[in-house]
Amino acid sequence: MFFRLVGRELTLAVRGGIGSLMAVVFFVLAVTLFPLGVGPELGLLSRIAPGVVWVAALLAALLSLDRLFVADHEDGSLELLMLGALPLEFVVLAKTAAHWLTTGLPLAAAAPVLAILLNMSVDGLVVLVVSLLLGTPLLSLIGAVGAALTVSLRRGGALIALLVLPLYVPVLIFGVGAVEGAVLDVGVRANLSILAGGLVGALVLGPLAAAAALRMTAE
Amino acid sequence: MPPIGSAFPVLLGLTGEGCKIPGPDNGAPGAARFEAQDVACIRGERPVFSGVSFSLEPGGALALVGANGAGKSSLLRILAGLLGRAGGTLRWDGAPLDDDWPAHRSRLHYVGHLDAVKPTLTATETLDGWAHLRGRARAEAGALAALGIEDLADVPGRYLSAGQRRRLALARLLATPAPLWLLDEPTVTLDAEATARVAAMIARHRSDGGMAVVATHGELALEGARRLDLDRHAIAADALLAGDETGAGPEPEHEAW
Repeated sequence: MFFRLVGRELTLAVRGGIGSLMAVVFFVLAVTLFPLGVGPELGLLSRIAPGVVWVAALLAALLSLDRLFVADHEDGSLELLMLGALPLEFVVLAKTAAHWLTTGLPLAAAAPVLAILLNMSVDGLVVLVVSLLLGTPLLSLIGAVGAALTVSLRRGGALIALLVLPLYVPVLIFGVGAVEGAVLDVGVRANLSILAGGLVGALVLGPLAAAAALRMTAE
Repeated sequence: MPPIGSAFPVLLGLTGEGCKIPGPDNGAPGAARFEAQDVACIRGERPVFSGVSFSLEPGGALALVGANGAGKSSLLRILAGLLGRAGGTLRWDGAPLDDDWPAHRSRLHYVGHLDAVKPTLTATETLDGWAHLRGRARAEAGALAALGIEDLADVPGRYLSAGQRRRLALARLLATPAPLWLLDEPTVTLDAEATARVAAMIARHRSDGGMAVVATHGELALEGARRLDLDRHAIAADALLAGDETGAGPEPEHEAW
């Protein structure tokens, strides 16, 4: 039932067309603008590369959040999901998993190409992908809580950003820290472990919090 | 908080007909009574109704009537567990529902004002998706035909008219069996032919031992249904302001039930 729900969400995303790829498109465009804006100085580019890629990924994830539950709330599907046999926590987890598969995973896949554009070393490139693979699900899970809290608001997008950005900051710091650790060759394990730990914690707490928020808005 | 244990067979992919959800999942004859006692509702700060009591036996139907804002939708949402109630008890077969909401959810169908039809999914996919949510592999055959929309099976939701979307939402009632139907003005946007189909569906459901609670403005023929007039249970705002205890709530209505 869980995987069927993930599959259904993916079908909806695929049939939704370009709209569901907006996050990746934004990510690619934002990062490509940097070399044009900063200039073709390779040393400078490779120094700012980890931060640029991570900030762009974070904003792209944020951009795609506001539709996570709103569509289901508006057309009544959310009530049916609540009345279904799958506990709401797992419904949230399924929807978040689908969100990650359609935004976070493509971001991580597009990142190496963009990193090369920014003159990042091969070591940094590998760690960048690993840190994004650990960090983007974390962004989706934290974002799900913000999306659930703002689901009944007409224009919830800006409020989600306010709610969620403070929680995104640690993800950004440790994500960038890992990549810089690899580039400067000072070790990456600590930063990646903290990201992984955060992911495990968010896997448990995120769905609980988001489900509670959704139940509140149903009232 | 639903018991986590019941989710695991579901999560492990042991879905389909083999996955039994606790509680009866069809309207078997001789099934339970559904009772409400002194249910009260507050929306925001505003008391809506109080002292609502009824009892439904297999085959029974309850027609909720009342002016706009009398609380018909709120009562249905309370009965579905989507809305908390301000007081009173709900029982299924004598057992309070608060003990086991997951079991109650598995034996009810709620059709609200929204149709939950996705623009990009076809009618069949929509119906199967709903069946998946209830732990079934696919929807029962004939659900679309019962509402006269079998030729729309492969049409995406965005091309359906309001009435067709409504029919599809009502096909959910037949897609997976459940003994209790909670319908919120089911015939809004439906034409006369479809209204008659819905009336026949409800009659068939009741003759099979099911129950129905239907909010209606009278356009739907429900033979032998009890009427629950929520206007009689309304809490008068001035009575509350006056603090007059005898006038605060309605006198308990000693009607047919």
